[in-house]
Amino acid sequence: MSFIKSTFRHPRLPVNDLGLTYRDYEGALSTLCAGCGHDSITSAIIQACHELSIQPSEVAKLSGIGCSSKAPNYFLNKAHGFNSVHGRMPSVATGANLANQDLLYLAMSGDGDSASIGFGQFAHVVRRQLNMVYMVANNGVYGLTKGQLAATADKGVKNKAGDLSLFTDIDLCVMALQLGASFVARSFSGDKQQLVPLLKAAMSHKGFAFIDIVSPCVTFNNHSGSTRSYDYVHDHITTAAVTDFVPVKKEITSSCDSGESEDVCLHDGSIMRIKKLQTDYDCSNASQAIVDIEKHKKAGDILTGLFYLEPTASDFHEINDTNDMPLNKLTQDSLCPGSRVLTGINDSFR
Amino acid sequence: MTNAAKNTEIEVNSKITDKLLINEFVVRFANTNGTGSASANNMFAKAILRMGIPVSAKNIFPSNIQGMPTWYEVRISEKNYLGRRGGKSEIIVAMNAQSIDDDIMSVQTGGYLLYDSSRALLDSQIRADINYLGIPISNICLKEYSDPRQRQLFKNVIYVGALAAMLSMDFTLLKGLVRDQFKGKEKLITPNIYALELGYQFANEHFICPLDIRVESRDLVSNRILVDGNTATGLGAVYGGATIVGWYPITPSTSVIEKFASYCQRLRIDPASGKKNYAIVQVEDELAAIGVAIGAGWNGARAFTATSGPGVSLMTEFLGLAYFTEIPMVLVNVQRSGPSTGMPTRTQQSDVLACAYASHGDTKQILLFPDSPGECFEITAQAFDIADQLQTPVIIMSDLDLGMNDHLSEELVWQDSREYQKGKVLSAEQLDEVEVFGRYLDVDDDGICYRTLPGTHPDKGAYFNRGTSRNHFAGYTEKSADYVDNMERLTKKFSTAIHFLPAPEITQSKQTAQLGLIFFGTSSHPITEAIDHLKEHGLTTDTLRIRAFPFHQNIEDFIEEHSLSNKQVFVIEQNRDAQMKSLLVNELQIDPNKLASILSFDGLPVTSQFIVEAILGKLAQRQINKKTG
Repeated sequence: MSFIKSTFRHPRLPVNDLGLTYRDYEGALSTLCAGCGHDSITSAIIQACHELSIQPSEVAKLSGIGCSSKAPNYFLNKAHGFNSVHGRMPSVATGANLANQDLLYLAMSGDGDSASIGFGQFAHVVRRQLNMVYMVANNGVYGLTKGQLAATADKGVKNKAGDLSLFTDIDLCVMALQLGASFVARSFSGDKQQLVPLLKAAMSHKGFAFIDIVSPCVTFNNHSGSTRSYDYVHDHITTAAVTDFVPVKKEITSSCDSGESEDVCLHDGSIMRIKKLQTDYDCSNASQAIVDIEKHKKAGDILTGLFYLEPTASDFHEINDTNDMPLNKLTQDSLCPGSRVLTGINDSFR
Repeated sequence: MTNAAKNTEIEVNSKITDKLLINEFVVRFANTNGTGSASANNMFAKAILRMGIPVSAKNIFPSNIQGMPTWYEVRISEKNYLGRRGGKSEIIVAMNAQSIDDDIMSVQTGGYLLYDSSRALLDSQIRADINYLGIPISNICLKEYSDPRQRQLFKNVIYVGALAAMLSMDFTLLKGLVRDQFKGKEKLITPNIYALELGYQFANEHFICPLDIRVESRDLVSNRILVDGNTATGLGAVYGGATIVGWYPITPSTSVIEKFASYCQRLRIDPASGKKNYAIVQVEDELAAIGVAIGAGWNGARAFTATSGPGVSLMTEFLGLAYFTEIPMVLVNVQRSGPSTGMPTRTQQSDVLACAYASHGDTKQILLFPDSPGECFEITAQAFDIADQLQTPVIIMSDLDLGMNDHLSEELVWQDSREYQKGKVLSAEQLDEVEVFGRYLDVDDDGICYRTLPGTHPDKGAYFNRGTSRNHFAGYTEKSADYVDNMERLTKKFSTAIHFLPAPEITQSKQTAQLGLIFFGTSSHPITEAIDHLKEHGLTTDTLRIRAFPFHQNIEDFIEEHSLSNKQVFVIEQNRDAQMKSLLVNELQIDPNKLASILSFDGLPVTSQFIVEAILGKLAQRQINKKTG
């Protein structure tokens, strides 16, 4: 493990439309354990942002508390970040988004942060249709406090210390589907091929995009008997649909086989190409997605891929009918009604 | 005596004074909540105001929607005594069978009980020393109206009409008020005026009107307004430039947000697009409510939330985060009686310590203490400047009495030349100019650092905002020296804060005063009256009204000056544990023996009687102690 981050840049690193290299999207050196799934997620986020030519300073990174919530420090150094309190990132994200709807809100949470202490906040930010990408690095275990079971750990599994998960596990994708998220997916930190296009689609989606990312904890939940270990996930992963993300500027070259794939146009004109791997797959049917997730879980499999997409969904600001000008940019002229109006108001109190 | 229930003719049993009692009395309405009495009672108070007579009103209501006793106490005072007086009332309008026994007992000797004589009073309800004014209101309504709701609602209007005759109120003016109140709902005007006339005529026909207690028009109100503090606070937030609210309903703070919302609907619609220049989100709980305000504050918008006791408890973790990460936001705390759920619809000033030191670890928060609707407006607008300039939460310490009751107040004032003070926020151009940017670098040596907003500059100024310990450049650190440096800078910032906060309001008597009274918020309302009564006892008084925490130097000086021999400082507050005294002692390192506490915490606004008696009692005790000691 390194302690110093190299500043060396290969002179021929590929640049994107903004003239930025992959390295311009990096963050501080990770202090997570070597082999932590979260670092792979970080890397996938960097790749997705680079490939989409997102201006790093136009991103706001948000997180709660936990190993997962440290991750935003490790990508997009030129973006402002807000590491808030445990389980309360969704409300902070809400306020931030209300203040400036022009930024891209990338939020990183964990299973403890979203399925336990912040379960209520998670549920309500989904309901609110906040335009953001909400990622949960899900390893079924509390890392920073050394290995207690999380609420997403499958009922009946044991943690490293041998404690049994006694209670019903929470599936955050099922919750997000029920609560009206307009983009719901699950992926695996070890499968960049799948994760990067999903992240790109989520970042291009307008509305609440949720990605549950199975991200094994090498230190506390990688033992046999765990259903979140690298080995278990590799052996039991099944995929509903593989997605390919085509930015608006690129021409679609390959033809679309209507039987096996489907092109969905996102709000900015970019295309999400969905290759169906399951015959009964339909990404516009949330209740079917819930049934599929439950069915695979019963069989001991982890279903991944894009579960649900509502490309024309409204976000909070559309529902609220907020002015297009970000509220934090409004000046006193448009905010303060002035003394003349106040005279009339005073009269109404006489 | 004659059974008043059978004979509606007035029989004067006794009188409060031999003279007429004009413009200096209390009318207390006893109603059942959910019966529509509030708007009729309010109309009564407003009619007095329009006659040019100073008036204040207290709504004493239960935590309930329908069927429980509620009282509305109107103080009419041409001496301008606008706090509660205490003691019994001159007139009681007893419309609630549940509370009538107690209501009869709370009429002053020689006073009047206006009651519904549709049912005879019991013999036990007859007091020989008061006067009974029976009006068969239920029977009148039964005869006049067929709709059950109307039968209920118009009872209230009928007794207001009767009072108009009894107290010699300007009836034309009252009718004008009805027209104002139902503007846009013309259908309701005629039946309401009819109901007023029913009461007015009945009283004139059956009693010698006006009574020896009455009102006379004056010109003593000038440009003052009658409004509740929450309305003024909500409006202050509009004028102060707040755009974002996260909130969770809780009595008595709810109407702050409701008023903010209704003024925004009128005043904050973008003329070009018709879209909202604000966003209000009712969230899942108070934790989320303050989280929204903090997220917005971090992103450079003016944001606030409003809550009360239990909500403050829930918000404390976030208050610590905002203190430590230095994010501006405004919290309006409309205090109520605690602890726990306490008395949710009763007033108190019992969150002083919980707010001053809100959150774990070493934290100190900025507190502002408005005492009138006019000041609620001013201080709320100002709070957004203070929060931005100091980059920290500002807590406005209102209370149920101030927030929900109508107070006669100076009118709301806004100078158009006034500019929002946004504090130290670097623009892209400024970022290009600075050599080194460190979010927590104390460049100006005042404890206040420069901040940047997300999206300002493509390459410069980004930092990772965190509740963990950090160095000058917002990098995570567990180095003791860095931690101590940061904590000491925050202390320095807190000292700087004093210069941004409203100074205490000090009044000095012409002669050398024996007493120094310190108070804040609504405890100031009965002070004028209390001072006059203390003067009758030969005591001269200086006063100091605290308006902000951290404390101004003047406060320490005032205490020193009034602690000399033969003098005494009193701290008047509405809580059990002398929280403001504790804060003064703790923060100013004052000998606790220098401050005597006057503590009223029964959930009702403190009265002048209570203050005077408590002060005289303590002084007498001190004399005894001196003699015996």
